[in-house]
Amino acid sequence: MPDVQALVNDFLNKLKKRKIEGSQATSRQTAELLRSVISQQRVPYNNQAGALIDAVKAVGEQLIAANPVELAVGNIVRRVLHIIREEDLSLTTAAMAGLNLSAVSDDEDDEERDDLPVLSAAVVAAAARSTLRPPSLQTLLEDMPDSAAIPHTSSSGGDSEGKSKSADKSSRSRKLKHDVIEAVNELIQDITTCHEQIAEQAVEHIHQNEVILTLGSSRTVLEFLCAAKEKKRSFRVFVAEGAPRYQGHLLAKELVARGLQTTLITDSAVFAMISRVNMVIVGAHAVMANGGVIAPVGLNMVALAAQKHAVPFVVLAGSHKLCPLYPHNPEVLLNELRSPSELLDFGEFSDCLDFRSVTGSPLLHVVNPTFDYVPPSLLVCSSLTRCLELRWKENVDGEILEILAQFITSC
Amino acid sequence: MEARRGWRAVPKVRHVGFFTPNEPPPPARTQSGPPDSNSPPLSNSPAGNSLSPVMIPPPRHLSDNLAHRATSPLPVPETSAFRRPIPGGDRVAVVGSYNPTDSMLGASPPLTSPSSRIGDGEFSEESSPGWFRRSNSAKFASSFPGGGFDLTSIKSSETLEVEVKKPVEVPGPNIAEKSGVAGAELQTESQSSSKPLKAKTTKAERRALQESQRAAKAAAKGEATGKPAISSEGAATSKPVKQQPSRKKDALPAATSVAASDRKGVDRPPEKERKKEVPPPRMQFDDKNRVEKAKKRAVVNQTEARNRVELFRHLPQYERGSQLPDLESKFFLLDPMHPAVYKVGLQYLAGDISGGNARCIAMLQAFQEVIKDYSTPPEKSLTRDLTAKVGSYVSFLIECRPLSMSMGNAIRFLKNRIAKLPLSLSESEAKESLCSDINRFINEKIVLADKVIVRHAASKVRDGDVLLTYGSSCVVEMILLYAHELGKQFRVVIVDSRPKLEGQALLRRLVAKGLNCTYTHINAVSYIMHEVTRVFLGASSVLSNGTVYSRVGTACVAMVAHAFRVPVLICCEAYKFHERVQLDSICSNELGDPDAIAKASGRMDVNYVDNLANKENLQLLNLMYDATPLEYISMIVTDYGMIPPTSVPVIVREYRREHLWI
Repeated sequence: MPDVQALVNDFLNKLKKRKIEGSQATSRQTAELLRSVISQQRVPYNNQAGALIDAVKAVGEQLIAANPVELAVGNIVRRVLHIIREEDLSLTTAAMAGLNLSAVSDDEDDEERDDLPVLSAAVVAAAARSTLRPPSLQTLLEDMPDSAAIPHTSSSGGDSEGKSKSADKSSRSRKLKHDVIEAVNELIQDITTCHEQIAEQAVEHIHQNEVILTLGSSRTVLEFLCAAKEKKRSFRVFVAEGAPRYQGHLLAKELVARGLQTTLITDSAVFAMISRVNMVIVGAHAVMANGGVIAPVGLNMVALAAQKHAVPFVVLAGSHKLCPLYPHNPEVLLNELRSPSELLDFGEFSDCLDFRSVTGSPLLHVVNPTFDYVPPSLLVCSSLTRCLELRWKENVDGEILEILAQFITSC
Repeated sequence: MEARRGWRAVPKVRHVGFFTPNEPPPPARTQSGPPDSNSPPLSNSPAGNSLSPVMIPPPRHLSDNLAHRATSPLPVPETSAFRRPIPGGDRVAVVGSYNPTDSMLGASPPLTSPSSRIGDGEFSEESSPGWFRRSNSAKFASSFPGGGFDLTSIKSSETLEVEVKKPVEVPGPNIAEKSGVAGAELQTESQSSSKPLKAKTTKAERRALQESQRAAKAAAKGEATGKPAISSEGAATSKPVKQQPSRKKDALPAATSVAASDRKGVDRPPEKERKKEVPPPRMQFDDKNRVEKAKKRAVVNQTEARNRVELFRHLPQYERGSQLPDLESKFFLLDPMHPAVYKVGLQYLAGDISGGNARCIAMLQAFQEVIKDYSTPPEKSLTRDLTAKVGSYVSFLIECRPLSMSMGNAIRFLKNRIAKLPLSLSESEAKESLCSDINRFINEKIVLADKVIVRHAASKVRDGDVLLTYGSSCVVEMILLYAHELGKQFRVVIVDSRPKLEGQALLRRLVAKGLNCTYTHINAVSYIMHEVTRVFLGASSVLSNGTVYSRVGTACVAMVAHAFRVPVLICCEAYKFHERVQLDSICSNELGDPDAIAKASGRMDVNYVDNLANKENLQLLNLMYDATPLEYISMIVTDYGMIPPTSVPVIVREYRREHLWI
């Protein structure tokens, strides 16, 4: 336990100091951390799922608080919680199936009995569904019965299990943890491979002689473009540099190294160039429940320009970036201001940055935000890992949120 | 001929016009001799239906001339009549008033008798070009900064009217007042009332002018199909004779002969002019033949850049690094190049002078030097030789850095002035007059225009405003400072972009003056736009389809402002207006130094692409300008007042002549 705490603290520190760049890295590390939390967590006989959920929640809340802007952390915590419940559910169903056989013979409780068939039917159906498909992110996000039922079942399962043999119990508890860890591993796997999964779709969207514009740098975009290039498509890419971080330079460098025709432009030239562009492909920081996108700064401008010229605006995002929250004033609340030194040379402007001005308030302010919010109305189309209708029922607080995020690829 | 027809048509129009109800007589009037001038009423009719014959270009006879001249004054009385409640009495009054005015303006001495014209040079200058009147008027107005200025500031919105009014007033002291009756009349009518009316006249006249030009154009087309497009220079040189008399200050020795030539010129000019006014197609740098030819002539070292951007092959893309030292080393080899021009060229090339106004002024001043040092070689005419010389200098400057459209306008003006020099002038006089013309251009079109714009725009700044500006525009800076001086409380948001980061210099200057500033990058513009209440932008040029051609990024800022429902004000001097039409930022643009893209100034850590400059796949594109579509622009602030972007063609059409003739 102590070492887990150390790990958690370490990670919290990193988050607070913004040492981790990019939501993919963040989410992967979050998942790994939660995995170790789960594996270290001692599980009581009863209600193991509840114990796990509590432990994950406790850590998750700290993580989220450490960097509220990094929505991927919250997403992963929710995902892990979901995994725990799901695994528990499937175990319960399995147990229930066994129970049902015996339940016919020995009557126990009227109430229970009334309850059980209905419940078990749904549970079995869900379990069947989830087992029928290969376990993956997609199935995790699939339509599930009310998750409120899960704690209940798990507790009832625990209760009923109390009556079964102790050997069975221990094996089951180990099994739950094991299953959960397995599933989390899969999640991590999914996160690490999300680029490839997205890139697979590249050929469907990029055709010969296309002109593509992107801004800043995103690994997803890089892989996406390179995947299309490997498929022998020849096209050219305009990269806006994404000042003041100049990630676009990095992207351009990578693209050139991979043999793509690349043109590096300034951000201000986006409007000028977009009239000759066939498609805008960009990465995102997070995709909100209303379909809006939190993206690197500057993308709102690009989206507006794209809309003006009716150019498809495609956002690539791994599913760990799908966030079930609705944005409220995202430009301010889901944003971060970075150091002014990226914009102004302090040495050069030291006289202007003097705070002892006449009125007592400085005359000079420098604004250097990190993110932009692109409202859904501007997304001509947004393409995701899985172009799916996603239904999502999860929440850290156990409160039920039903969120329908609809992403349609139509390009 | 056409003109005549137009006149006939007039009465009809007038009928249709809003005037008609109480007015049956007009037609009769028109037929009467001088009354052509009566057309004024026509002019009053709304611009839409009026094709006023009035302005049809060159008068055939003196009498015609007279009539024309009369037209401009006419409106005044007419308008007053219009305003008056009593319809019947008005009419009479109008007519009466009209006559006096007419006499006052032009009819008095010069027109009627050529001899008298000779006598008073000053006078003739203004009065003789009767048909010119309108175009001149603007000039007058501008030439009297004080009066015009005040007026404009008072009624900022009525720019046109003001503008129109000025001419009247200006000559007024000299001419109008002297020729008493008219002056009296004028005074009786409240000035204010007279002005708007005048404006209307001009509208009508404008209409007429347009009509005539159209016709002329059509004719010209028919004739010219065979001929290659005449370069502007050629046309200019050929034409000088036509209209020179009108403009020239000095007395014309043989007034009659001049008048004749004038008339002739007047008859013909439309066609030629039309041809000339069609700007020659820009050099397309993907046209191999022409590029080769140009290269042979080139002074500046032009080696093709290695990684040219495919999309912009039609623009010059040369290696930059070697140009400047190379050109510097040629200093003593360039015989024909005047040192002043050479210096300006170097400054352009090195980027020491930037900004439309600064570049334009520097160029004009260099030309002034040139003219001062100029002496006509034997057996050549000053007009032709100087035009050719200026042309060669201009092409040198173009090699150093492509001209902005405003500079194109300035050059056009200068060439026109040269072409229109009267033959009678001695060389020193001619030089003198050219220099003063240039000075006047700089003063009126740039310096004073800026002042007027500042006054206009500052009226749009309110306490508590947050004003956003992009890059560094000198007019906008003046506006901000002026508003600050007026004691208005506002904040300034300066949006900047790479690679020039011009905003930093602006920021420094504004902060030094005590303005409250916020600085950010163009990417963050949609973050900051929430708090902004107005956007002030400069422009390199405003095109006649309302497109604003400006520093790259302006379009982005305007677009975002539009999306956030923030009004966008473009501040631009009218001499930067251009009749060209542009739909996107690609067909015509300027490319900056690509290496500037690779390096981030002040950021040592950013050097990702430094070593990749030679890679074939990587192109660095440093666009200099972009075109902002008209729907993003709420208003354009010019020296003629504040206009919607849709009115740009009006200004262009209306004042083009003035620009040329100043």
